[in-house]
Amino acid sequence: MRSLVSAAFLLAMATSAAADSEALRVCADPNNLPFSNRAGKGFENKLAEMVAQKLGKDVVYTWWAQRRGFIRHTLKAGDCDLVIGVPAQYELVETTRPYYRSTYVFISQTARHLQLEAIDAPQLRKLSIGVHLIGDDGNNTPPAHALGQQGIIDNVRGFMIYGDYREPDPPARLIEAVERGDIDVAAAWGPLAGYAAKKSPIPLTVTPILASELFAPQQFQFDIAMGVRKGDHALRDRLNEFIAQNGEEIAALLVSYGVPLMEKRFSSTAGVHR
Amino acid sequence: MKDVSQWPMAARDYANTRYSELDQINTANASQLQLAWTFSVGADRGQEAAPIVIDGTMYVVGPYDGPYPNRVFALDATTGELKWSYAPRPEPAAKGVACCDVVNRGLAFDNGKVFLNTLDNHTVAIDSKTGKELWHTKLGEINRGETITMAPVVVKGKVLVGNSGGELGVRGWITALDEDTGAIKWRAYSTGPDNEVLIGDDFKPFYATLKGKDLGVTSWPADRWQIGGGTVWGWISYDPELNLIYYGTANPSPWNANQRSGDNLWTTAIFARDPDTGRAKWAYQINPHDLFDHDEINENILVDLEINGTTRKALIHPGRNGYMYVMDRATGEVISADPYDHVNSYKGVDLKTGRIIPNGEKTPILGQTINDICPASPGVKDWQPSAWSPRTKLLYVPHQHLCMDFKSSEVGYIAGTPFIGASVDMYAGPGGYRGEFMAWDPVGKKKVWEIHEKLPVWTGTLVTAGDVTFYGTMDRVFKAVDAKNGNVLWQFRAGSGFIGQPVTYRGSDGQQYVAMLSGVGGWPGVVANAEVDPRVRNAALGFTGATQDLPFYTAGGSELLVFKLSPAALKDNGNAQSR
Repeated sequence: MRSLVSAAFLLAMATSAAADSEALRVCADPNNLPFSNRAGKGFENKLAEMVAQKLGKDVVYTWWAQRRGFIRHTLKAGDCDLVIGVPAQYELVETTRPYYRSTYVFISQTARHLQLEAIDAPQLRKLSIGVHLIGDDGNNTPPAHALGQQGIIDNVRGFMIYGDYREPDPPARLIEAVERGDIDVAAAWGPLAGYAAKKSPIPLTVTPILASELFAPQQFQFDIAMGVRKGDHALRDRLNEFIAQNGEEIAALLVSYGVPLMEKRFSSTAGVHR
Repeated sequence: MKDVSQWPMAARDYANTRYSELDQINTANASQLQLAWTFSVGADRGQEAAPIVIDGTMYVVGPYDGPYPNRVFALDATTGELKWSYAPRPEPAAKGVACCDVVNRGLAFDNGKVFLNTLDNHTVAIDSKTGKELWHTKLGEINRGETITMAPVVVKGKVLVGNSGGELGVRGWITALDEDTGAIKWRAYSTGPDNEVLIGDDFKPFYATLKGKDLGVTSWPADRWQIGGGTVWGWISYDPELNLIYYGTANPSPWNANQRSGDNLWTTAIFARDPDTGRAKWAYQINPHDLFDHDEINENILVDLEINGTTRKALIHPGRNGYMYVMDRATGEVISADPYDHVNSYKGVDLKTGRIIPNGEKTPILGQTINDICPASPGVKDWQPSAWSPRTKLLYVPHQHLCMDFKSSEVGYIAGTPFIGASVDMYAGPGGYRGEFMAWDPVGKKKVWEIHEKLPVWTGTLVTAGDVTFYGTMDRVFKAVDAKNGNVLWQFRAGSGFIGQPVTYRGSDGQQYVAMLSGVGGWPGVVANAEVDPRVRNAALGFTGATQDLPFYTAGGSELLVFKLSPAALKDNGNAQSR
């Protein structure tokens, strides 16, 4: 049991943003499983606890909906120091080395036997396909762009990634539409789809979307890293060390959430394979 | 509107002229303006609101930030004494969910009531004497991305309100509420079937492509109109004689253009509607199948113009796309449409069909870098409203002068989903300046004078019978300009940059006052007040690149500044300048 005095001390340290405070101050979405939620049920929650344990700290969260303005209102506002999941080389933050690589996937009811693999598969012209929409013209998900480029338009249904924030885990509506049979197939980010498939009462099949060079610079696989404030090299280096030393444990956690993990095909040195 | 001492609505009058008959401040004495009093609205975010002045009281609203979001203040317009303040109780989730800068463009007034729109979608009626809330009505859902930022307008006992949030997959609407009860009298959507757009047999658009059943459905791929945008976050004008209200709708959303084939009606369109029923009488779409985020919510100024020997009941719409539209406001015919700044993304407007001619070479394609698209996404002019002087017959237009490169950008990550986005990199247009304040002759179809500004001119303007026009700059300068020739008569360096709307009125002491909020922000200004990293050129949807140096000139602010003539100038006025 913590005494009141040490709790007050912890709070004071938390607001001072000192690198060696007893709190690991994490910026997270309170309503976005499988990544994170306020109840601590997401894999990013679990990962935060793992990091905190190794560093001998306690997790303290700053909650904010993960949408435009998330980094600005949390990490950059100085309210917290760590975002557990961001793409490697994400411009707004300083990123660690990647700790997993996943992919956009097709998810459909197993009973349908759709056998979809490529984003330019001919069957896609006949199926009703769900995609996530992010919100601006140039900023939609890779499958939404790739389908449009092929003229696959009328049979594509959009689901706002933001959704209705009063409901639990708004991005999950896309996968639920597959479960209900409202759409034949969804093209979704792997961790979301893999998690849904794992807990769905209806058998769902998840297949990685094979990236076709036709749609470059769109890519369907992304390396995911942790993010800290730009210039916070002390925390970044400690996280890099954590990632290097706990690879197997991290992978086991991700697999337990159904996250499709891809082999790292490229060196993480930016620019080499462009 | 008859009482020249007042400024009763954001645009001053239903015609949206922002013209005041006051002439105590004139071209001869404007150089002797001085600060009368100041007031802080208590939240250092973008201050876009127009103060309004009725019967000696000024009502002003702050942005949706700080401990009291969208707080309303009533002040003695002459002395600045605070009479009351009102703070709406925001929805707890709102702060974490609203994404963008949290501006409010002003209040409305009618029959002893002040009307407020809150960012979290409530319209509130407040007793103008006591500051007590009389009613509030919830019109939208911030948890689905809807917000309200526009200033309401009251027409024939109805409070007219439109929504924002097109980027988040919102379906645009305008709603009329009973000013006494807050009950919704009608709502007209900008997309979807005719019965929801309030289009019926009496709908008579001028152009053939706009005639047909349910075009708000059929000009989209299946069902895409349901989250198609076309929000209504700009200005509403009203012609009592024709009994028509006019307003523009925003861009189509949230799909990339290649996933929404068709004209995407009724986005980027001007509607003329009957204020009693909401029914549309005509509509005109400015940018069919918009590619550039060219909302057309800009103001529509209602003036009668002598064109080719006949008097036309005109509507002037300075388009976001860079064309100055002069239309017949009774019929929806485009009389003329001429570029008023450098435009290369379109080749002109076909006056026979009414359709704009896109320049295919400037079509954004994800994965390809398209350089030198002019104007950039905010257009030649965004929300910042113009003013019309019946004396000079010129339109005073604050605007930006920006071009952009459209290219694939680094990864983004939203709600756990990574993607490669398009980045829009904006920069100064030809000549190297980013903003301009200019006077336009809508009959002669030409620019009469212009003042270049280093940064986008994001404030509104006004013009007076003293032939003085006012505007502010993002680098903190408030200017009085000779409306006839563009000579700068006076300027004042304030605490923060300007993105608001100047107003003028007569105080109880008989003096003319000019008021303006200082406090940079808005779309171009978040770099100065919201800790967007200025090194990231494509932050704030690309605007940061165009205003990267803003933090060098200004930080955020929240100050209302009120000016009047010095006692010495008044004395001279009495002797030489009385009209």
